[in-house]
Parts: sequence; structure tokens; C-alpha cells
Amino acid sequence: MSNWETVIGLEVHVQLATASKLFSGAPNRFGAEANRQASAVDLGLPGVLPVLNEAVVHMALRFGLAVEAQISPLTQFARKNYFYPDLPKGYQISQLDHPIIGPGRLEIVVGDQAKTIGITRAHLEEDAGKSIHDQLPGLTAVDLNRAGTPLLEIVSEPDMRSAAEAVAYLRELHAIVRDLGISDGNMNEGSMRCDANVSIRPRGERTLGTRTEIKNLNSFRFLEKAIEFEVERQIEVLEGGGRIHQETRLYDAQRNETRSMRSKEEAEDYRYFPDPDLLPVAITPKMIAEVARSMPELPRARRQRFCEQYGLSEYDARQVAADRATAAYFETCVAIAEDPKLTANWVMGELASILNRDELGIEASPVPAAALGTLIARIRDATISSKIAKTVFDIMVAEGGEPDAIIEARGLRQMSDSGELERLVDEVIAANPAQVEQFRAGKTKLLGFFVGQVMKATGGKANPQQLNDLLRGRLDGGG
Amino acid sequence: MSIDAEQVRRIAHLARIGLDADEADRYIGDLESILGMVERMRAVPTDGVAPLPHPIDLQQRLRPDVVTEADQRDLFQADAPAVAEGFYLVPRVVE
Repeated sequence: MSNWETVIGLEVHVQLATASKLFSGAPNRFGAEANRQASAVDLGLPGVLPVLNEAVVHMALRFGLAVEAQISPLTQFARKNYFYPDLPKGYQISQLDHPIIGPGRLEIVVGDQAKTIGITRAHLEEDAGKSIHDQLPGLTAVDLNRAGTPLLEIVSEPDMRSAAEAVAYLRELHAIVRDLGISDGNMNEGSMRCDANVSIRPRGERTLGTRTEIKNLNSFRFLEKAIEFEVERQIEVLEGGGRIHQETRLYDAQRNETRSMRSKEEAEDYRYFPDPDLLPVAITPKMIAEVARSMPELPRARRQRFCEQYGLSEYDARQVAADRATAAYFETCVAIAEDPKLTANWVMGELASILNRDELGIEASPVPAAALGTLIARIRDATISSKIAKTVFDIMVAEGGEPDAIIEARGLRQMSDSGELERLVDEVIAANPAQVEQFRAGKTKLLGFFVGQVMKATGGKANPQQLNDLLRGRLDGGG
Repeated sequence: MSIDAEQVRRIAHLARIGLDADEADRYIGDLESILGMVERMRAVPTDGVAPLPHPIDLQQRLRPDVVTEADQRDLFQADAPAVAEGFYLVPRVVE
């Protein structure tokens, strides 16, 4: 165990899935042709005024309720001033004092340990446009479609102590914003972006070490790798007698390292002040009550329900209740299969490995939930064995089709004729006198050999339990 | 409160305002007199007075979340100094 303790806080920007932008009626959609979705307000043309989008306020409140946060009765927008070509107004409308969402908390689970991570605040702000530097020599091309897109910036307390905890926190946030329907959470398209503040301190020390801020963490894996790299780097610096400088570092995924971004000659000075174009926003108890009524079931509550309703273990519940789509799939499946544990095993096992292999979301599963449910029901009612079920599953993946039809068409039904099975058992015993001798002399492991031989003779269609019983009877019975 | 020339230059740089030496000296006086007035106001007892978030005592109206803006790219870009393939072009800036 290292003598150093890692301390991590995350700042997560979530793009809100509204129809229009934060302060203008331009569409909020990813992937349009450059500048087709930049209105006069987004361009910062003279004489325009921002008008706040009602849905954005509701989405922020949904998030606030989900993390049990204090909600400000009056919230206010401020200007954050800096110059960059993709910020046409010369300031970003953000929040400083009186953010819409105050202190809250989020429970994460790492291994078997549950832990509560404090949420400092969540505030609304507008996104900037995009600058493209590498297309035209000597020029920067600016696309302002993203300018004015609503963001919720969620700031955590420095409560995480390992890369694994940071990843668990980000995953939980990701599941919550998707379940709340406030963001698609698509990290590839930048709908969810994460910066990590990382510092280390000697174990037992109470004061925090100097932190660095790592930017550009657009996947769970990169977050984990970047933190691991940065912690190692800081340990090396400190153990080598050096000092950590408070700075912004960029994660380079290709080289798996963090690099110092050229430090600016002077400290950042954003000169925040209240935006005179926007009046304070009143958050009334009536608004909060309305949002509360429309809250969906959240991941934590769903996990609890899955444990109680289906008798699943914590571990299984965490897997199948992780996100709403997987949970919905599981529930459709289990309603037909009527065996929660077996269903959980299939969803997390066979199905998950196919989805991983083909890089598909569960919504796009080649095997619909009802079909998998039927397949599992056929294991339960002993129509097929688990082994044959895997064969049927592979056919369903490759060719589609209903399990019952596949079982019938390929003659995969388990042998139910015990007379036929007995005949095969007797044949195998007669053909292998030496093994029978050894079994009876105490080498009972050979049971597997006989099971295998009979299974082979039946094409895998024998009921394993029935076969085991028959074999034991014949072999133990002597004769 | 006193302001020196270096502070004036720094503020001017942050706001991207070009100043020559004479102007910087003049602004020292202007800024000192503004800050002096703020100092005087700080002497007013404000205990028990609720903060005023905005000089107009109204609350923000909210807009329904609907798309109301049509694409006017060609119109907007007609005024831009340089555009190509729908992008606005500026001298290269890289951090």
C-alpha cells in the first residue's frame, strides 16, 4: 500500500437535451452543417437579449432532486469574461453566486463498499462554439453551432480517493442524467465532459496537497488512466524532492500521459459580475413540486427494488439495474422467464458479451427481451438444457428467430423418453467395462466420462439431471 | 484606494483595450475616484438589508423550449470579414 493518499474532485459538464438553446430559439442538435444553428443571440450580435429556456430550469431541478440537493429559491446568472474566437460575446453566461443547485450528494459503490460523494453545486451555463485549428494554414475556423447550448456543470467535493471511485462516480452521474432524460450522456459527442482535480498527500495528513486539473477526459477509461498516470507522476515529483505546481494538464490518450498546458503569463481573471441582461430567476415551491411529481425511478432506488422484488444479490442488481435500458430489458425478460437469477446471468453473461463484441447498446440487441425470456423459460421447463440453450442463443443472434421455432426446426428438444435414454446408458456402460471397473473401485470422477459419452450419443439432448440419476443408479447398483 | 500604472495596464489588457502612456495616467485618476466612491458607500450600514440581485425588482420570464429561429447563416456571414465553407475565419489561435 502506498504511503500517499489520492484526493480527487470532478467537474462534469453535461449538455442538456433541450429542443432549443439556453438563451435563444436556435435548435440544439449535434452534427448540423457549420453555423446553420447559430442565431443572432448565439453570435452575440448587437441589440439582442438572452431569454431563459424554461426546460433548462426544469432539467436542473430534476438533477437537484435526484442528488437530494438544496435548491436556491432565487438563482442568478453572471458573466464570465474572457476572449476567444469561439466566444463571440467576449463573455460566457454562467453562474457564480446563487447557483441553481446547491450542496447535494450521490452514493457510489466500489467493490462492495458504498460511499457518499458530496456534490458542491451544479450551475447552468452556455457552451462555447468550436475552433478548428488544423484545416487552413494560419487560420482558425470557427463553428458557432454549439454556442449557447445549455450545460449543467456539476462540481463534486474532493471526496474520491482512487481512480476507481472517480469512475464509479462518473458512471453513476451518467446513469442518472440519462434516466432523468436531461442528457443523452454521449461522451463521444461531448454531451458529457469531465475535468479531474487530482492531488496527493501523505497518509494521515489532513490538509490537501497542491492539485492539478486534468482536462480532456472524454471516456470512463481515459478518466481512470489519466488519474492513475497523474498520481504516479505526482508521487515521483514529491519523492524526488520536487514540488507540484497548480496547473492545468491535458490528457493525451495516445501516449497515456498528462502534459502541462503552456501556463499563461498571468493567472486567470474572469472578472465575474451579475449579468444585467438577465433578471434573477425565482424557483418556487410549486415548480419544485411539479418537477418532483414527474421524477422517474433512479438507479439507486431501482437497485433496491430489484433486490427486494426479484431476490437478486446486490451485485446482480447493480449490473442489471445500472441503467434504464438494461433494467427494462431485464424486466421484460424475467416476466416471461420467471427466474430472476437465471435471467440476470443470461443478461450479464451471454447477452452482454454479444453486445460488447458487436459494440451495440442493449436497445439495439439482436435478441429481443421477450425472445430471451422464452429461451430461459425453455431451460426452466426442461425443454432444453443450458448447453443447448447457448446453441439456440447463438442461432438467434446470427439468424434471428423465435427460440421455440429454432428448437423444433433443429430437433434440439431435450430427450423426454426415458426408455430411449436408458437404452443409451446401457450401451455406453456395456462398451466401457474397464471404466466401469475403475468407477466401482472408487474412481467416482469417471461419472463425468459416462455423462459425456451418453451426451455425445444423444447430440447433447439428454436432460443432464435425469442422465446423472440414471447413470448413478446403474453404476452404483452393481451388476 | 490607490491604483498604479501596472494595474491599469493589466485591466486594459484583460479587456483588450489599447492604451498609450498618457491615457494610462489619466485612467489612474478616473479609477481612483470611482473606487473612492465605492469606499464611501461601504460605510453605509447594510445589516439586515436583503441583497439586491438586480436594480429592477422583477423576476426573469421563461421562454417555452421551442425552436423559433430559422437558419440565417448567409445573411449573418455577409458581414463577416472572412468565411469559408460555412466557417468564420480568424487569424490562427492555438493555446
